[in-house]
Amino acid sequence: MTNQDYLLLLLGMALVTYLPRWLPLAFLSRRTLPPVVAEWLDLIPAAILSALLAPILLTSGADRHLTFLRPELWVALPTFLFALKTRSLGGTVVVGMALFWLAGKLL
Amino acid sequence: MTTDLKQDLRQGMAAAWPICLGYAPIGMAFGVIARQAGLTPLEIGLMSALVFAGSAQFIAVSMIASGAAALSIVVTTFIVNLRHLLMSSALSLFVKNEKKGRLALFAYGVTDESFAVNFSKYRETFWNTNRSLTVNHAANLAWIASTVAGGYGGQYIPPGAFGTDYALIAMFICLLVFQLNGARYVLAALMAAALSVGLAMMMPGNLHIVLASVLAAAAGVIFRRKLS
Repeated sequence: MTNQDYLLLLLGMALVTYLPRWLPLAFLSRRTLPPVVAEWLDLIPAAILSALLAPILLTSGADRHLTFLRPELWVALPTFLFALKTRSLGGTVVVGMALFWLAGKLL
Repeated sequence: MTTDLKQDLRQGMAAAWPICLGYAPIGMAFGVIARQAGLTPLEIGLMSALVFAGSAQFIAVSMIASGAAALSIVVTTFIVNLRHLLMSSALSLFVKNEKKGRLALFAYGVTDESFAVNFSKYRETFWNTNRSLTVNHAANLAWIASTVAGGYGGQYIPPGAFGTDYALIAMFICLLVFQLNGARYVLAALMAAALSVGLAMMMPGNLHIVLASVLAAAAGVIFRRKLS
């Protein structure tokens, strides 16, 4: 890949990444949304974070089969409780990493 | 600098540092992989600055390494990052009457992490665009710096050292906890988890994330309206 090809690729990636980030902010913030849409958007953060997280914890392999045996899942339980108790993002990142590291040493 | 602006910067940084901490190992890992795929540290930094999207960058680099066509990399990037459409829509609830230029700048930094932090801050405390822009750009700088650092010398750090593989997962766990402020959020999250896992098993790619979130949030609204 030449330098110019690489730059063009980056510009393409930048454009298709930026537009979905910008369009709703530019247009939705200018209008009052119907209550049902606002209610739906209010649930989006909880839904999307859970949708990102669940397959990481509960599936394995290229075929993404269901499993309850991943250390990622078992470390998630105390990490979740710590986050619930402290509501500290920095603390949770440190504790989660430490527990996962320990799990790797012990298992 | 006015005291207000100083206060905004301080509050923004206080909210941003855990994101930066989590980005450091992930960014380094990305730098190492990108280097192995043949990118120079400059090219790595350019990608992080122009695209600023962790998972899409990992996928793009593996596609570059396997010689994929540029168009298919761009289309994949679009699909992987489509979820930000939902995030920006949700954030639009809080940035009414903001100047167009500042919104355009804000849009650049909407990632899974900055979105979740800013969204819960907007809901729970006094939060403004100065603060959310500080969060976005601190995270952005940490991302660019750590990916470039990984490109230079990341190979000297063994992969997975000190549980770094878990940084992003722990971050997602805590960001999810921030959103669980009542039964309907818990219900939406549980439905999204089940749908996402189910769809991930049935279809390749990354669309299961967007599909599961859209459906679970819609089901949450329908349940609530039926019950009340």
